[in-house]
Amino acid sequence: MATHADEPPVIRVRGLVNRFGDQTVHEGLDLDVRPGEILGVVGGSGTGKSVLMRSIIGLQTPAEGDITVLGQPVTGGETTQNQELTRQWGVLFQGGALFSGLTVAENIEVPLREYFRLTGQLMDEIAAYKVAMVGLPPEAGPKYPSELSGGMKKRAALARALALDPKLLFLDEPTAGLDPIAADGFDTLIRTLAETMGLTVFLITHDLDTLHAICDRVAVIAEKRIIASGTVAELSRFDHPWVQEYFSGPRGRAAAIAQHHAPLEVG
Amino acid sequence: MSHPAPPDAPVPDMPVLSIRLADGVLAFDGRLTIARVSETERQLEDMLARSPGPLLIDLSGLTRIDTVGAWIVHRLLRDRPGSGITGASADAERLLAEVSAADRPCEVRPVTEPFILRELRRLGEYVYAFRDSAVSALDFIGLTIISAWRAIAAGRGVRWNAVWVQMEQVGVNALGIIGLMSFLIGIVLAQQGAVQLRQFGAEVFVINLVGRATFRELGILLTAIMVAGRSASAFAAQIGSMKLAEEVDAMRTIGLDPIEVLVLPRTIALILMMPLLAFYASVLGVVGGGLFSWAELGIPPATFAQRLREVVPMSDFWIGLSKAPVFGAIIAIIGCHQGFQVTGNAESVGQRTTQAVVEAIFIVIVLDAFFAVFYTALGLS
Ligand SMILES: Nc1ncnc2c1ncn2[C@@H]1O[C@H](COP(=O)(O)OP(=O)(O)O)[C@@H](O)[C@H]1O
Ligand SMILES: [Mg+2]
Repeated sequence: MATHADEPPVIRVRGLVNRFGDQTVHEGLDLDVRPGEILGVVGGSGTGKSVLMRSIIGLQTPAEGDITVLGQPVTGGETTQNQELTRQWGVLFQGGALFSGLTVAENIEVPLREYFRLTGQLMDEIAAYKVAMVGLPPEAGPKYPSELSGGMKKRAALARALALDPKLLFLDEPTAGLDPIAADGFDTLIRTLAETMGLTVFLITHDLDTLHAICDRVAVIAEKRIIASGTVAELSRFDHPWVQEYFSGPRGRAAAIAQHHAPLEVG
Repeated sequence: MSHPAPPDAPVPDMPVLSIRLADGVLAFDGRLTIARVSETERQLEDMLARSPGPLLIDLSGLTRIDTVGAWIVHRLLRDRPGSGITGASADAERLLAEVSAADRPCEVRPVTEPFILRELRRLGEYVYAFRDSAVSALDFIGLTIISAWRAIAAGRGVRWNAVWVQMEQVGVNALGIIGLMSFLIGIVLAQQGAVQLRQFGAEVFVINLVGRATFRELGILLTAIMVAGRSASAFAAQIGSMKLAEEVDAMRTIGLDPIEVLVLPRTIALILMMPLLAFYASVLGVVGGGLFSWAELGIPPATFAQRLREVVPMSDFWIGLSKAPVFGAIIAIIGCHQGFQVTGNAESVGQRTTQAVVEAIFIVIVLDAFFAVFYTALGLS
């Protein structure tokens, strides 16, 4: 995958501090996401991965720190008003967050309607090919979110995140709750889409297989900051108890072996 | 283009898309991306309408292409057999392959029928829904009674903790608004009564009017309407949201009876609180009327109170209070019943909440009329 280490980072976080009451979630967190890479973010439950993502996309106003996305400063609440910026990213929330009153295809058309004046026919066509691209059957288009399974909801939410052909994609635990086969399919899908559309991906995950299969780099969040980042190989040599436990525990080793023996089409 | 540019359009250094069509060659220059396509879609359509037949699509001048651009090209290739492309970059080739693989049309919304048919069908559905809802509400009352019986028979008793919490929410927290409302209604009643009775020099009968009307009818009826608005809606929304989050199903799998856990405490709380609220409302209504009489008609509070005792029979008081627990039970059960009817999505929570309030107020008024006839027939007028 073509990552451009020399170009300025797409996302740049410096000295981020987040607090809820007297609980400090982040304390001086630094992070760079380079253009064209898939960055995996890992960490234990409740270490603040989702909060980090919400800070970057401006849904959470940090107590301190600077965040720049695509060269523009992000300052809490006002960011979501900045259409020039929001147009360039797509977000897949942990729970999918599809609009329950709209069908899958209409969900995909929401961002199209918001930003552009396309003809109804072209919008319907775009929605249809996005539905197919994320691997949903055509019957899913006119269905309401409550009529879909968990995995289909994730795919539909991904299709909505991709509606505007964004440069930057945020995924919060996209494969959590999917069966292993569906999760593999999802990994492959994200990798293919990232390659064909030249995406930069910020990917929160618990899924070791996902890390091995599709991430160019991995950032580990612990002790309220990013304690290490690098390729999976680099991290598995990193000397920190949590990181060691994570990559060298039974599941970590199994994922590494699986990846080694079957480089698949995504390797 | 004729339509105004979308708010994000003028990015200074972003080259626009230019389209040329000559001698069967369609050339795109610049950025064939969603933003540019949305500006030039109609222009492109006009051009294409003038030149039917196969095209050679020249992509050599493109600086960037996304899936929407690729889709436009793919659609032309598909709809005009014999067309071809030239000068496509590797990126463009890959995106074209990607969108043509995804070319499987699907419906955007469920199939809709003609207007007349749809409205007729809705009317029919409404009639059936009315019948079903009445039947299922009766079912629900039965279920609630059975659950209550089971809880008692099994020695579990009532969940008093939940009842206390609900009593605070439906009763104590409503004191402010119900008190204010009754007080104001008492003033209005006295004032309007005084205007009419003054014509006969009978202002003193304002006391009869305020006293009898509030204790017998208005205190309880207005309280019931306010509680229906506050609590039937709250019950429907709480239980509806729990249903959406599958919390109700989770309870069932753990072996908890959702009716026992959710409906009984709310119903008991309202049955206990309604008489207290109704009494409180009646008292404040009378206080409002009394203050008005004092200020405007010069009837001192002591006289007012004494006359009140003479003209308002105890039966009025008991009749008013006897209705309260019935109204409380019916409001709680309708609210909870609508909550359990929620299915699917957030919109359904809204619909059911609205319906809970409308139904609760309607039934309360119907029952009140029924009580009026009943007590009159008993000779208690
Ligand atoms: N809106 C909120 N209010 C209070 N605390 C919150 C809120 N959102 C997150 N937290 C706390 O911040 C911490 C990190 O949460 P989160 O980012 O969701 O974790 P995860 O890494 O599992 O995604 C948790 O301890 C959580 O309790
Ligand atoms: Mg999370």
